[in-house]
Amino acid sequence: MRKTTSSQDFIRGIWNENPVLIQMLGLCPALAVTNSVANALAMSAATFFVICCSSVLISTFKNLIPHEVRISSYILVIATFVTLADMMLQAYAPVQHKELGAFIALIVVNCMILGRQEAFSAKHNVFRSLLDAVGTGIGFTIALVMMGGFREILGEGRFLGYSLFGPNFEPWVIMVLPAGGFLTLGFILLAMGFFEQRKKAKTEQTAEVSS
Amino acid sequence: MNDQTLFSIFFSAMVVNNFTLAMFLGLCPFMGVSARVETALRMGLANIFVLILTSLSAWVLNTYILETVPYLRIISFIIVVASLVQIVEMAVKKMSPTLFRQLGIFLPLMTTNCAIFGLAIFQTNRGYDFMQGITFAVGAGLGLTLALVLMASIRESVEFSDVPSIARGTGLVLIIAGTLSMAFMGFAGLL
Repeated sequence: MRKTTSSQDFIRGIWNENPVLIQMLGLCPALAVTNSVANALAMSAATFFVICCSSVLISTFKNLIPHEVRISSYILVIATFVTLADMMLQAYAPVQHKELGAFIALIVVNCMILGRQEAFSAKHNVFRSLLDAVGTGIGFTIALVMMGGFREILGEGRFLGYSLFGPNFEPWVIMVLPAGGFLTLGFILLAMGFFEQRKKAKTEQTAEVSS
Repeated sequence: MNDQTLFSIFFSAMVVNNFTLAMFLGLCPFMGVSARVETALRMGLANIFVLILTSLSAWVLNTYILETVPYLRIISFIIVVASLVQIVEMAVKKMSPTLFRQLGIFLPLMTTNCAIFGLAIFQTNRGYDFMQGITFAVGAGLGLTLALVLMASIRESVEFSDVPSIARGTGLVLIIAGTLSMAFMGFAGLL
């Protein structure tokens, strides 16, 4: 395995290996709850809590978990923290809890969390695992808030509930409907592909010039 | 207890609130297995089977066990789904090795398929009884299969067309999915 420094562990999840935009993990919550920024934030906070806690716990006990039942053990740990997150949201943010509904429970089957445990926490010490989890959590938050922002601004003409354009704005209702979720993520990916290709062409050009 | 008619539950799960296109559940197989119609169809059928079993076990859990300990719901559901998938996998392997080979990795991956777990959660939240739960599962499974097969057939024909190079891959799949989802919105007024 390639050696990485602690700062790389942290940065990687935020941008280079962003769980939603690059690795396509955790798409289900990313599309389902991003019809407003507030929902996206609540979802990210819950996921952030779950991924950090389970990373710390699993990397602490990595030597005690038998290899054969590791996936089930990870799932159990994650499910426990999701239950906690569910109860906390219900207590402190009842409005968001009601809007997110079943999708809080669905954090259990978010492949991003299980993926980080299997790929990272099971092999590294507590500090590095926490860094990795925080990085991935922030990356997830960025992706969700970005999508929530696009969809809320275009779909309702508001941001975090504040009106942006005044009464003459005709909202694109499609953006807050399910189809808008697919389209928003699709267009974000297209834009990323465009910039990626331009960057590649540029580096090739400079390589040619220098050779 | 919920007083929806069986027909409306079935129809709502299948097209109006299609699991994949309107509720974003089971997106991983939707992206991963939708390249060929044949595989998509098989995946859909396997899903229907596991969904029905899940609905059954969720009903048993809800009626006999979880009434006294509601806070254990998420944990017990995920254990049940995981063991169910394991049992189905072993049974299929024993009874029909051919089918087992055809399904390949997608069978074990069903554990982390949000559609399966989501079905159990939605069934509980809406308070469906036994018959309603089964109807819901069949409808949801058929809806998943429908979405998968539609997607796969579109992708099969797009494969040979001239797409701009930036759009190849997931971006294009998502935009097709968005268009399909828009088409399914047309069913919204039905119920």
